[in-house]
Amino acid sequence: MEFSYFPGCTLKTKGKELDISARACAQALGFTLDELKDWQCCGAVYPQATDEIATRLSSVRALVAARDKGQELVTLCSACHHVIKRVNGDLANREDIRSKVNAYLKLDTPYEGETSVLHYLEVLRDRVGFDNIAAAVKNPLTGKKIGAYYGCLLLRPGKEMQMDDPENPTILEDFIRALGADPVYYAQRNECCGGYQTLENKPQAQKRATSVVDNAAACGAEMLITACPLCLYNLTQNAENPLPVKYFTELLAQALGLE
Amino acid sequence: METKNLTQEVIRISGANPKKCMKCGKCTATCPAFDQMDIHPHQFVDMVINGRLEELLNSRGIYNCLSCFACMERCPRSVEPARLIEAVRMAVVRQKENNHLKPDAIPALLDDELPQQAITSALRKYMK
Repeated sequence: MEFSYFPGCTLKTKGKELDISARACAQALGFTLDELKDWQCCGAVYPQATDEIATRLSSVRALVAARDKGQELVTLCSACHHVIKRVNGDLANREDIRSKVNAYLKLDTPYEGETSVLHYLEVLRDRVGFDNIAAAVKNPLTGKKIGAYYGCLLLRPGKEMQMDDPENPTILEDFIRALGADPVYYAQRNECCGGYQTLENKPQAQKRATSVVDNAAACGAEMLITACPLCLYNLTQNAENPLPVKYFTELLAQALGLE
Repeated sequence: METKNLTQEVIRISGANPKKCMKCGKCTATCPAFDQMDIHPHQFVDMVINGRLEELLNSRGIYNCLSCFACMERCPRSVEPARLIEAVRMAVVRQKENNHLKPDAIPALLDDELPQQAITSALRKYMK
């Protein structure tokens, strides 16, 4: 299995642990992440305004590059996934946006949202299979109590992201179980940590991060896992009583014995 | 732009239909930033319907919205308040020299751990 891969701005720099561990795990589990050439930053916030065209173009360029290679497009960062998946939906479903984007890009073959966008977690669940991952585990994380932190961008809006039930998700808990650990359920696992506000209004980000981490700790979590570099930063740097937070792929690498 | 035209423009670029709102308040109840929104999401929708754009353009809440889509996911009428909030924010920052965040201000806000994503997202939300 070979997929086109969009790493995004942070995975080459502050979040490189996410990129490195994901590539190592992919190799161990029998699939390849083929990084797109000359990818451009997705912008990290989905432009909701319907007349925003320029801010959608970098996502479209990645989607077109994957289409032209005949591959599905895999993302890792929650924000990249959110932006690229929703822009893809716009190109498939909104004639006003589709026609303006295509008029600008002047592609040989117009783009109409035909690329399938998968988050790495979806590849693990739907292509590799959590059963096969459980069978590949060399160092089971037995007894470890881990809180899945979905945050906001991975699941919402549910009808566009279509990864899991946005209010009662299971994908990360099933992943944690496959590694032999115990998932901890807590109310704020799919509530926003306020990470986007860390430059604009730091006290607001601190308050939200503290609320999420305190809730997870009160429910018995010893650590949290996430797919989002900004959540990881916010939960570890801005929470009053931080818990250890790792990328879900770091945990996978540990369980597969790749460290 | 006159307030009436500006209201129509905000609704148009938002892609949302505030008139579907049945005023149940669920968006505000579920907003993780409700205490930072000087105009709460359900009030925001009502004020768009009633053309009270001046107050919205000058509100602090257009910058404090977390862009987390909780209000959109949970609205029983699919009103999508976050789209209206973003459209009003766009109406402000698209005006000449009206960026809410200026690139020159960023270096002083950085720390060693800050991911690039924090800078990219702040620029996208707060400047044109």
